Amino acid sequence: MTDLSESTEQLVPQHGDARPDEVMTIAASRLLEDGKVLFAGIGQPLVAAAIAKRRQAPRLTVLLEGGMVGIELMPGELPASTNEVRAAVGAEMLTSASDIFLMAQRGFFDYGFIGAAQVDAYGNVNTSVIGKADAPTVRLPGPGGANDIASMCNRTVIVTAHERRRFVERVDFVTSPGHLRGGSSRQDAGLRHGGPAWVVTDLALLDFEPGSRRMRVRSLQAGVTLKQVVGATGFELVVHEDLGHLPPVTDDELRVLRHLVGGPEETA
Amino acid sequence: MTGRLATLDADAARTDLESWSRSAEDKLVPTAEAVAALVPDGALVGVGGTNHARTPMALLIEVLRQGRRGLTLARPLSCFEAELFIATGAADRVMTSWVGIGHGWGLATVLRHCVEKGLVAYEEWSHLGIGLRYKAGAMGLPFLPTVSMLGSDIDSSLDLAKVRCPYTGQLLNAVPSLNPDVALLHVQRADRQGNAQIDGYELMDADVALAARRLIISAEEIVPTEVLKMDPARTVIPSFAVDAVVHQPYGAYPHECYGHYEADLAEFAEYVRSVKADGIDGARAYVDRLLGFADHDAYVAAAGSERLAALRRTAEEMMPR
Repeated sequence: MTDLSESTEQLVPQHGDARPDEVMTIAASRLLEDGKVLFAGIGQPLVAAAIAKRRQAPRLTVLLEGGMVGIELMPGELPASTNEVRAAVGAEMLTSASDIFLMAQRGFFDYGFIGAAQVDAYGNVNTSVIGKADAPTVRLPGPGGANDIASMCNRTVIVTAHERRRFVERVDFVTSPGHLRGGSSRQDAGLRHGGPAWVVTDLALLDFEPGSRRMRVRSLQAGVTLKQVVGATGFELVVHEDLGHLPPVTDDELRVLRHLVGGPEETA
Repeated sequence: MTGRLATLDADAARTDLESWSRSAEDKLVPTAEAVAALVPDGALVGVGGTNHARTPMALLIEVLRQGRRGLTLARPLSCFEAELFIATGAADRVMTSWVGIGHGWGLATVLRHCVEKGLVAYEEWSHLGIGLRYKAGAMGLPFLPTVSMLGSDIDSSLDLAKVRCPYTGQLLNAVPSLNPDVALLHVQRADRQGNAQIDGYELMDADVALAARRLIISAEEIVPTEVLKMDPARTVIPSFAVDAVVHQPYGAYPHECYGHYEADLAEFAEYVRSVKADGIDGARAYVDRLLGFADHDAYVAAAGSERLAALRRTAEEMMPR
């Protein structure tokens, strides 16, 4: 059971200047190891990848669903789409969109980063509809490449703001498969490989409990309590027995991120 | 409405092809003529490019101008061109993995309205799902197996058939082929016979071209075949797959064409402003404005030479060097 008693341990505060979305993006960037291959999406995943390439993972290969392999991100020139010229700058290879996904199916891609409108206790992601599929309250943009990324990459990383309305026991619609209904249900459905490995939020780093495959709090972001995380989650979380805190965002991480985004530091 | 219902028998598409002449004659025609001859009411239209890259905007606007009805649009990722079709009732069905403009532009208002009110049929696929539909169509096969969509609600909504590998027993989704009634593509260069080259990211366009039962290509440049022969590996669409060729500089405008011009975000903002102000009526008003121009050249010219020069300059600056 989740223990909500406050730790007597002194909380190390988060970097005083870092916004929640910046904390999340930087935490995601730290997961990326040098020499690996990342299937990224537009926005925070791409920024996280670019930070990693400028720090611990200079030989990280980043690719996008538009067919771009081995791209660089131009500071201040973030693409709005995975299918545009800003997303192709510095590419080592340009191939067809279908070929990119078929490479994913072949098993070449170590990580796949996706976002979520809703994510549930088993890491299933919804970006399709809020409400009923045939009569939705809100029609969302859809999977884009996310269903394929979640089905095919070796490790899916879900990057999303930690909010109770997003973290639900069961998503309204499984756009991108996680561990489905837990246990071996993902494998039983024919997805023999991959699955969500990490969920990165502005409040915590989460993984999935072996066996049950339910989401588990692995580490808290600096300055965040377990009570805050539980309060922002709409289902019962498993808590890792060795729960600790992630190190605060550093000045250098924040500087690199803002340089890439062309953000406040430039205008301050 | 399920994926199976949308399947066109790949073998029937082959029979159709055998009875259809596409010899290597001069196929260069005016836009209006190509669309009048090859895009009928009720057609399933394969739209080339993806999101706001190499969208065949000149051809699509001509389809709107000619008042087609009952179309289905199929595209891996759709941008606001899909909204122009559903807002005006030109299309009543969309087959795609995504609709929107891009990061930072918010949800697609008109699509939301039409889907939430049940005014259009929306068929959601994975990105590779669309890609394999075209690839199967291009290969002359009725389906292709994949792990894409397995276990998801996309799978159950489409009611996809499953296959087991006859050798290993592995469970796979059987994605049905798609041979669009007509496909519209925009490319960087083509010859008058329809041999076409794409620079940069090809997306799914070579498969779309080979799968399509009828194909119109618009090109930034029409070049002598000798020019294509200098770099034949870049030719991804053979003349024998093409029915009509249209010469249209800025043919993807206001979307981008790799190496030629980047997307005109000011024009995107114009559309979004119109929709924010008046919802679906704003989208209709935007289409009325488009159709108020005599042709695509006039629409492009209205952007002004300074703005166009800036779009070209950025596109050039982003090229490999």
